[in-house]
Amino acid sequence: MRTLLTVFRKEVVDNFRDRRTMVSALLMGPLLGPLLFTFVINLSIERSLSNLDATMQLPVIGSERAPNLMRYLESRNIEIVAGPDDRAAAIEAVKAGTHDLVVIVAKTFGEQLAETVPARVELVSDKANTQADREARRARNALAGYGREIAATRLAARGISPQVLRPINIDEIDVSTPSGRSAILLGMMSYFFIFALLMGGMYLAIDATAGERERGSLEPLLSLPVTRDQLIYGKIAATCVFMALSLLLSLGSFFVALKFMPMQKLGMTPNFGPDILLLAFLLLSPFILPGAAIMTLVASFTKSYKEAQTWLSVVLLAPTLPILIVSILTLRPRLEFMFVPSLSQHLLLVDMIKNEPLNQLHIAISVTSTLALGAILTWACARLYRREGLLG
Amino acid sequence: MIVVKELHRSFGKVKAVRGISFTAPDGKVTGLLGPNGAGKSTTLRVLYTVLKPDRGSATIDGVDVVTNGLEARRRIGALPHGSGLYPQLTARENIAYYARLCGLDESGIDDKVAGIVDLLEIGAFADRRSKGFSQGQRTKVALARSLVHDPQNIILDEPSNGLDVMATRSLRALILKLKDAGRCVLFSSHVMQEVAALCDDIVIIAAGKVAIDGSADGIRKRTGCDDLEDAFVKAIHMVDAE
Repeated sequence: MRTLLTVFRKEVVDNFRDRRTMVSALLMGPLLGPLLFTFVINLSIERSLSNLDATMQLPVIGSERAPNLMRYLESRNIEIVAGPDDRAAAIEAVKAGTHDLVVIVAKTFGEQLAETVPARVELVSDKANTQADREARRARNALAGYGREIAATRLAARGISPQVLRPINIDEIDVSTPSGRSAILLGMMSYFFIFALLMGGMYLAIDATAGERERGSLEPLLSLPVTRDQLIYGKIAATCVFMALSLLLSLGSFFVALKFMPMQKLGMTPNFGPDILLLAFLLLSPFILPGAAIMTLVASFTKSYKEAQTWLSVVLLAPTLPILIVSILTLRPRLEFMFVPSLSQHLLLVDMIKNEPLNQLHIAISVTSTLALGAILTWACARLYRREGLLG
Repeated sequence: MIVVKELHRSFGKVKAVRGISFTAPDGKVTGLLGPNGAGKSTTLRVLYTVLKPDRGSATIDGVDVVTNGLEARRRIGALPHGSGLYPQLTARENIAYYARLCGLDESGIDDKVAGIVDLLEIGAFADRRSKGFSQGQRTKVALARSLVHDPQNIILDEPSNGLDVMATRSLRALILKLKDAGRCVLFSSHVMQEVAALCDDIVIIAAGKVAIDGSADGIRKRTGCDDLEDAFVKAIHMVDAE
């Protein structure tokens, strides 16, 4: 035990003095992540808000053929501007991106309308362009609305109630709470935390094997009257401390960053007070052990510092995989998922932010399965540290 | 005392050590001499227990290095080839770290470290971080750290590599001091003059085998060469011829 503590203390002191470790542990993960996140969220909020009420410019070819339609569109906050010369030019302009979409009122529009034949309006857009798609949808809705109005007038003229066109009435009831809506955005952040956590211990994990070997300090260390198990456990313990520190810092900086996000504008109230901060730390902290062990384990197979760095950046991405799969398939939290480290932490964190009551059984499974994996990996590290090949 | 009997060790197809035997007694300096790749480092690595032999045995003060590695390590201070320090720690901290790992009493560590700093005359840079140390400074600190627990047996793998004249001289003086204190000093080298100047016993190793061993005079007599270097070359050819 004393040996373990000696190794632990030395590793902590050693790495606190190492600028590279400190930068990655205390700056890169904890600060860069939330900064980037704030930026991205702000940008997306800005965009979605501006699209809702801002006046939209709509280039129209042949606006003079449909003055009533134009007036209707203008009443919907759509500003009509002159479009390209003809249809071919319009298609070219949309392809080139000079216009997001162009509406073409056919030459026969007035006649067709008078003859009650469906009158032709063309809408040129690029469906692959998501920004333009939103505007195209808005234009299409406005055009359809105009169509419905004319239909209602025509029916009324024939003495038929416009109600016949609405055989059913759809009322949507949105049960998502404001916090629930923010959870979609904030769900991403659990990965930031796991990333910051792993970054915090990366250089210590490399140092335990590849680093010591490269510096030539491993062989004298192994010739001391101590067991290798104690050495590796001490090193993993130090790695855990740095990971915990990094996690705590990233939670703290996220807490601050959230104050600069206009979440309320979207009707979202992210649930992220100091008590949640602590709870989040407790929920995420079991991941520290398997995180530290897997990084040490992978680093022990590598021949050099550089090789270890390469492999460990793969390890940094590995915890995203289960989160990504579940997000893409939009699966609801299930009991089985709690057995998967990183995924279980992610799901619990999302629930917590959504202000939903946490399932005690889920927490218990998440904590024990994550710690069990950590214990197995730590044991595997110790096994590997005993082999001769360690010296390379 | 270090006793090595019929040691064998291969790495894949390469037979690095093929039956090496020798004894390094207390109060004497024993030198392993041989060309590069002769098996010196492999032999020493078996002794400080980072390698296991395929066959044969080795004991440190009667303790078997294979079956009781931890106990054997307690009796040795080892300076492996190209030993590195922790760059963020000062020389003193590097030494104290090893003292703690060797299980020295916490209250006595400062004095112990101070003593070894004096012995190796490294006081001038003892409180600097070892990041910018020269090769000579590094070797001295590494040596200090492997001696901090007063080991009876001292194993040095090519300790004079990369040292300048002054550093080599002080290393030589230290080795003689240890010998006079009744320690068993075993070191390897490929430098003829160094071994001749220091060693009571010389074990010449070539191609994983002991070519010849004995005192410098004994080796000269048995090979019939007046010059030790000629004796060395002759002994190596004898092994190669087999």
